[in-house]
Amino acid sequence: MTSAVSSGESITLKIDDKDISCRSGETILAVARENNIDIPTLCFMEGLSVWGGCRLCLVEVAGSPKLQAACATVCTEGMNVVTASPRLKEYRKMIVEMLFAERNHVCSVCVSNGHCELQDMAVKLEIDHVRFPYRYPHLQVDNSHDRARMDHNRCILCTRCVRVCAEIEGAHTKDVKGRGVLAAIIHDLDQPWGESETCTSCGKCVNVCPTGALTHRGTAVGEMQKKTDFLPYLTLMRRTES
Amino acid sequence: MPQTITIDGVTRIEGHAKITIQLDDAGKVYDAQFHVTQFRGFEKFVQGRPLTEMPGIMARICGICPVSHLMAAAKACDDILAVQIPPTAEKLRRIMNLAQMIQSHALSFFHLSSPDLLFGMDGDPKQRNIFGLIRDHPDFARDGIMLRKFGQDIIAKLGGKKIHPAWVVPGGVNAPLTEEVQDSILKEVPAAIERIDRALDYFHQIEGRYPAEEDAFANFPTLFAGLVTADGLLEHYHGPLKFVDQDASLVAELSPADQRHYGSLIGEAVEKYSYLKFPYFKPRGYPDGIYRVGPLARLIVAERCGTRRADMELGAFRTRLGRSPQSSFHYHWARLIEILYGIEMIQRLLQFPDILNTHIRARARPNRLEGVGVSEAPRGTLIHHYKIDDNGLIQWANLIIATGHNNLAMNRGVRQVAERFVDGNKLQEGMLNRVEAVIRCFDPCLSCSTHALGQMPLRIELCKADGEVCDVLQRD
Ligand code: SF4
Ligand code: SF4
Repeated sequence: MTSAVSSGESITLKIDDKDISCRSGETILAVARENNIDIPTLCFMEGLSVWGGCRLCLVEVAGSPKLQAACATVCTEGMNVVTASPRLKEYRKMIVEMLFAERNHVCSVCVSNGHCELQDMAVKLEIDHVRFPYRYPHLQVDNSHDRARMDHNRCILCTRCVRVCAEIEGAHTKDVKGRGVLAAIIHDLDQPWGESETCTSCGKCVNVCPTGALTHRGTAVGEMQKKTDFLPYLTLMRRTES
Repeated sequence: MPQTITIDGVTRIEGHAKITIQLDDAGKVYDAQFHVTQFRGFEKFVQGRPLTEMPGIMARICGICPVSHLMAAAKACDDILAVQIPPTAEKLRRIMNLAQMIQSHALSFFHLSSPDLLFGMDGDPKQRNIFGLIRDHPDFARDGIMLRKFGQDIIAKLGGKKIHPAWVVPGGVNAPLTEEVQDSILKEVPAAIERIDRALDYFHQIEGRYPAEEDAFANFPTLFAGLVTADGLLEHYHGPLKFVDQDASLVAELSPADQRHYGSLIGEAVEKYSYLKFPYFKPRGYPDGIYRVGPLARLIVAERCGTRRADMELGAFRTRLGRSPQSSFHYHWARLIEILYGIEMIQRLLQFPDILNTHIRARARPNRLEGVGVSEAPRGTLIHHYKIDDNGLIQWANLIIATGHNNLAMNRGVRQVAERFVDGNKLQEGMLNRVEAVIRCFDPCLSCSTHALGQMPLRIELCKADGEVCDVLQRD
């Protein structure tokens, strides 16, 4: 969730020199966005638990030697946050460049070309080339599922799919195996998706995936467009019912 | 002592070609080879990709004829899905394919080849290019540029992009035609017809000026191959694949369903000196099974065009040159006739009552593990052949491109020109240009991008057998 349960107590802080007040317990990311201050994210998704893995939302907090992930840091009284220093911009660029270099993101022939959050992020961060050598790993496309397809070449390991499957659908079909560059999304006990016993074929993972890694089967280049509206709606409905 | 002349494309631009001419002791040509030294490996790196991505990936083979690869790829996918695409989708694909042919032919003829014809093969290379054309023959140049634009605009309007449209998909196309686009294309037709008519008039005046080139530009009997309609008319999208001999008599025919077995008629030889394979007509063996494809071949293979103006022009062509002219010099005229045909056909297709229909895509899962798509690219017959696994991932792909079919004929053509125009061990600009011009008759895909300014960056080396260079001619 964006905000840990807020106690309702009002606090004040500064974000990018702007005086802001919020409820205690809210995260820097939530408060910044409420105040139209844009902090880029890839793994974060409203309605899912916070993962803090992509590190794009790193911000500077006065008095702290470490950069903090805005999605996972709760605001405190008198905090002074900087969201867009030259250093942060440079780090964010590097992070996205590394995502491109890590796997095979061939945008021009990708089903998500033109509708991809990673691509949009590169544009937003004004990335015009990648300074790191590409790894060109040999990765598989899992086309075994009847309705969806997993292309590991395009996965950025944001785990949105894992979280939506476990937290919203309740199936927990997906998970992450391995570490570092060897990490990969798996289904059940690392078997082809189509052989999964737990997958309900709900398609939620496809829609939350920011890239062309998860797509509907049968889509051609540039055709895959994700529908993410269901998520805040679903969470809202569940909250009002409970 | 045998000597070797090498014409080497400077490698700064993609599409590397090199020509070697070997002289015997007396300084006469005894062999010539056209090398394609680029290797792009599409067949390899599509392995493991989902079938539905193939048209989009294959369109990336070439920035000059992406639409052609799109068509052949989509047809191979249709074959694997085992679907009949909706009739409207077929018409829309045809329009885009013809638009591609028009723009490509216009580029080949007006921008690249016409400077040779208008300024002469020995003309000053400084003016023998598109810029000289614009200066000295502005109306002619403008017609060419506008005809190319006519084709490109149609592609952009249909596919949303000029160069790599993702609009053609397995099972059909992914967006219907709007009335607005239909009107805007139809509105441009009369002007386009006027332009090609003018260009043809002009061409009639100059085409007889080159008897020596007519005589020596790959002028020898071969087979010809191309698609035709079920009635034997000119065809670019779908139909029987026909092989005829030098008299235009039928030698073999593959119905669309039989085209999966293209291997029964087409063999693919490999030579050490080129990355481009050498397809040949199997029943005649290698290299006797030499055949040509492309505009000239299509006009020989077809009985008629099937549109009024193009048929009139084809009549003039046949009156002047006979039913099946063997010189590749005539590819130029054939190209102009096809531009005319393309414009007329686009107009006809756009006037079909169902052209605005919104049922434009058949959806299916793979129903076969193997599929073949054959279409006519501007440069000739294009074959895509894919095999998939049970999950619909590409396991294997084979492509036979138009320039490949013509490979044997191009090699032999270079030799013929060299024999005629190369003598002794001194290199002359006109000779270089003619060797290049015969290649250009076939409009090979591989170096058209380097042709764009009218001159291929070229290097000819005249070497003695021991490798010592005794003459060099270079332009970059
Ligand atoms: S389709 Fe639904 S159940 Fe299956 S993996 Fe995706 S989110 Fe989980
Ligand atoms: S498959 Fe998509 S949603 Fe899942 S981790 Fe990879 S990029 Fe994220």
